[in-house]
Amino acid sequence: MNRDEIFSKIQEVLVDALGVDDDEVTPEAVLTADLGAESIDFLDISFKLEQAFGFKIAQGELFPDNAAQNPDYVKDGLVTDKGLAELKDKMPHVDFAGFEADPQLSKIGKLFTVNALVSFVENKLQTANA
Amino acid sequence: MWIDRVVELERGKRLVAIKNISLSEEHLHDHFAADAARNLPATPVMPFSLVIEGMAQTAGILVGHANDFAEKVILAKIGNASIDREPLPGHTLRYTAEIVQLDAAGAATKGVIDLFDHADPTASWQRVGSIDLMFSHIDANRSGHTFPEHNFVFGDAFKTLLRTSGVPVA
Repeated sequence: MNRDEIFSKIQEVLVDALGVDDDEVTPEAVLTADLGAESIDFLDISFKLEQAFGFKIAQGELFPDNAAQNPDYVKDGLVTDKGLAELKDKMPHVDFAGFEADPQLSKIGKLFTVNALVSFVENKLQTANA
Repeated sequence: MWIDRVVELERGKRLVAIKNISLSEEHLHDHFAADAARNLPATPVMPFSLVIEGMAQTAGILVGHANDFAEKVILAKIGNASIDREPLPGHTLRYTAEIVQLDAAGAATKGVIDLFDHADPTASWQRVGSIDLMFSHIDANRSGHTFPEHNFVFGDAFKTLLRTSGVPVA
């Protein structure tokens, strides 16, 4: 399955989960800010991706899990170097390039774009076929 | 409670519950009360929001039972809800909920509603709606918030319902 095919299925998932229109789901769209996703929607999206692509997603694999509560990872509202290293290690599907210069925790939601989901699914399918 | 009895339970898969709608339920006297100014008579109809609550209790028990009520199961999202007929006093609703997905974080369920009209001599169960829900196990929430240790979701009313329906509870 190529990225376009993956994107198309993810578009269907997001239209269903978030009640948005097809044309709102662009590769650059941010799940929270652009598509209105709230915290419970992340669980819904995980469930629907599992169904659409036939794999299991562990808790904390797609979206960060409780990172904000860990004092090693977040200090004074900023993600620490250690936190950033951990996130990058656990979430290769996320592009942290712009975030590293100004790692405010409040901006972390903007990293979770439709493109990040496409990369996540692409990685999962490649691992499954390896 | 917005269901009267659990009539079928297949652990981790499916639960069926019924709700008899009675004119003695106080809310039906307000929904809808007579409106003299507009010359409208009282029209008791079970609110659709409470039909959704009935399905949430049906599906919530199914999800809770799958883990022996160790998890605090909270209704988190109504994915879809459609109801085609007004449930009236004297009707019986039958909620059938099935687990679509269940994991450590929560569950997704799908459900259908059937209605039996006791006033119709040829009545049989009629499909009147469907409701898909999502539940969160709140101790496993992503924000890391903590909640009291005791399971405040499945309290005495739920336990009584389960016991009188013949479902063993600790």
